[in-house]
Amino acid sequence: MDSIDRRLLDDYQHDLPLDPRPFAAIGRDLGIAEDEVIARLDRLRQHGTVSRVGAVVRPNVAGASTLAAMAVPVEWLERVAALVSAYPEVNHNYQRDHRLNLWFVVACADRAGVAMVLLDISRRTGLEVLDLPMLEHFHIDLGFGLQWT
Amino acid sequence: MDVNDRELALISALSGGLELCAAPYARLGLVVGMSEAEVIATLSALRERGIIRRLGVIVRHHELGYRANAMVVWDVPDHQVGEVGRRLGQCPEVTLCYRRPRRLPDWPFNLFTMVHGKDRAEVEAAIAGMAVREGVDHYPRHALFSLKRFKQCGARYSQRQAAE
Repeated sequence: MDSIDRRLLDDYQHDLPLDPRPFAAIGRDLGIAEDEVIARLDRLRQHGTVSRVGAVVRPNVAGASTLAAMAVPVEWLERVAALVSAYPEVNHNYQRDHRLNLWFVVACADRAGVAMVLLDISRRTGLEVLDLPMLEHFHIDLGFGLQWT
Repeated sequence: MDVNDRELALISALSGGLELCAAPYARLGLVVGMSEAEVIATLSALRERGIIRRLGVIVRHHELGYRANAMVVWDVPDHQVGEVGRRLGQCPEVTLCYRRPRRLPDWPFNLFTMVHGKDRAEVEAAIAGMAVREGVDHYPRHALFSLKRFKQCGARYSQRQAAE
């Protein structure tokens, strides 16, 4: 990763140019060709450093979502986690160090869809699923300032 | 602050990210039946209204060396949670700040903040420093560090999935 990659990661988290040729516009900023901007972003995406070039949408605008938590017996954790991850509606799924040890986000077109997924997971695992929908958000997402040192 | 069907279709089509090609807005337009100019105008309007909070490169913290993340949860009296949430939501240490319901007796916490760092010690120091600095150290809190990431991708709000 060189200084151009770092600027690609740091400087374009917020306002991708709304120009018919956004990567050409970025290339002009960085002094490289449009093709190279695209190739670099593609490589960073393949490495997993970049998740996508896209939008972060305010929660619950496009559909409904919730944060769900389960207390899964440790010996079942891998299996239950795989079952949960297999739902296309689940977009984050983490083990955390708490009695409630499995935390995941469910997003659907509407609240009923979310409820159905939670119910299905609960039914298939025989475990309780805590439903913790967002009630209010306080943070304006400005991206993530990276410290390269 | 609603979005119309066309806007929703565009947001949904964008959920997997822009195609990395010379004219990504034109490509997106093909998917949703909009002209390139209409895609750009619609995205611009959604940005202005705060529906799209940001449009750009979305990085993965973990792959960039930010190996530790904690979901720090707080139990704040209901009449104070708005004020405390606004304060913590502005902290540079915090990348997300949400109020969520308590689920008693299992779960007494009603304010959720995410804190990322290079390692656990750095995150713990950031949390402790922030709690004192912001005057919220007296509220019960707990830091749930992530031990394993099973899945992480952008939200996909497709109608089809919900109908299944």
